Amino acid sequence: MPAKAKGFAARAASPASNGSAGSGLSIRGMAHSYGALRTIESLGLEVPADGVLGLVGPSGCGKSTLLELIAGLQEPFAGEIEAGGATGAGERLARCAFMPQRDLLLPWLSAIDNAALALRNRGMRRGEARRQAGRLFERFGLAGFERAKPAELSGGMRQRVAFLRTLAAGKPVVALDEPFASLDAITRAEMQAWLAGALEADPRTVVLVTHDVEEALYLCDRVAVLSARPATIVDELSAPAPRAADRDEAVTDPEFVAARERALHALREGMR
Amino acid sequence: MRRWLLPALLLAALIGAWQAAASSGALADVLGLPSILVPSPLEVAEALAQNRHLYAENAWVTLREMLLGISAGLAVGLAVGYAMHLSRVTRDTVSPLVVASQAVPILVVAPIFVVWFGYGIWPKAAVIALTCFFPIALGVRAGLNSVDPQATKMMRTLDASRRQILWRVESPAALPSLFTGAKIAFVFAPIAAVFGEWAGATRGLGRAILYDNAQLQTANLFGDVALLAAMALALYGLLALTERRVVTWR
Repeated sequence: MPAKAKGFAARAASPASNGSAGSGLSIRGMAHSYGALRTIESLGLEVPADGVLGLVGPSGCGKSTLLELIAGLQEPFAGEIEAGGATGAGERLARCAFMPQRDLLLPWLSAIDNAALALRNRGMRRGEARRQAGRLFERFGLAGFERAKPAELSGGMRQRVAFLRTLAAGKPVVALDEPFASLDAITRAEMQAWLAGALEADPRTVVLVTHDVEEALYLCDRVAVLSARPATIVDELSAPAPRAADRDEAVTDPEFVAARERALHALREGMR
Repeated sequence: MRRWLLPALLLAALIGAWQAAASSGALADVLGLPSILVPSPLEVAEALAQNRHLYAENAWVTLREMLLGISAGLAVGLAVGYAMHLSRVTRDTVSPLVVASQAVPILVVAPIFVVWFGYGIWPKAAVIALTCFFPIALGVRAGLNSVDPQATKMMRTLDASRRQILWRVESPAALPSLFTGAKIAFVFAPIAAVFGEWAGATRGLGRAILYDNAQLQTANLFGDVALLAAMALALYGLLALTERRVVTWR
């Protein structure tokens, strides 16, 4: 696997893109409540354009809510979110694609029609939408399965189609909510390597929520550790880069192990 | 094959047993009735064959009533189901009325419809529609509501408008329970048709049942009922077949 940190590295080198990058993500002083329950407290995040940020935190800490806030499905109680250059919820919605935990493929549509949903929603004709989505199928090793119904696909393939659906939306910012949580360990490792390759080929600003520290460090440039509710960031660390080509090699690298220990420590601290 | 063969065998066995019990006079003896009131299947078949023109005419009348009534019930049921799904105000205003419409006995409503709509096909179709729309409306509403909220959110981030979510996600998701509601409606439609005809009709299987019953023409009466049941079964079968072709993802 080639180095994944290039998004951050490139941005950090250029002073013009410090802070709120045009198609990056920037969150400042955000707080959110669910009724009387304070779920997120003074949270700040910066992701440069095409950077990949991992969010790890204890379960129930509001990670999924955070993604919905970023994607513009909700408006925060306080603070500011800028995603892909947009601040209002409606505009963020137009610039963010969101991949939920389960693939949620529509069972009555073929794989290609599922992947082409965003294009169809924008009024593109079916033939043209299929042609555009079909290009992604070839690029990501799903060629031949365009006409298959979701029920005929394996869990890993369904997840890939769900990810293609997210990419085909053509949004600069992509929010992934535990995309591999429902897969078995072997498929998950395969899918992690596949996702790294897919983002390499088609870079986006990505926020990846996961409870798996190793996954976050393997896939992301930076990893932010969230505390228990109300969620705030307790630590933020860079993933070791450049990364070993092989996933198994990467996760046993001493630098990687050290980063994992630090993240796990922060996670434990944040749960108190 | 088994799906057809097993029910057919059961039906044949039942008819065979009935034939044996009726032709030997055992059934009439047990019931303490004159054998004329307990026709055998062969006698019923004979009655059907002899009066086939009359039966065909009556069956055609009732079938037309059912088709018209079911179509109207489907249209109203879909409209009510979608309206209740889309608008909270409609839901709150209409729901009690919809439920109340089912509490009123058909036997009471049917004569009123005859007074309003005359003796033709319309009062019968109205009674059938009144019976059929309810399970369809409930099925449609439940189905539209069954969509995972996460799927709706996902569609919103894929730039779907409310109308596109309704058309691309909620409506297909509602199809299975629409079919379930329609199956219930199809089973009740013949009953509603008979009640509709009892309130005032010159032709139709329901009218024939009334007539044959009064004349103690039991073989003819059984023929009417058999024909009605066969029609209901055929309509139900057509619906189930359509469902298999439409809902391919289950």
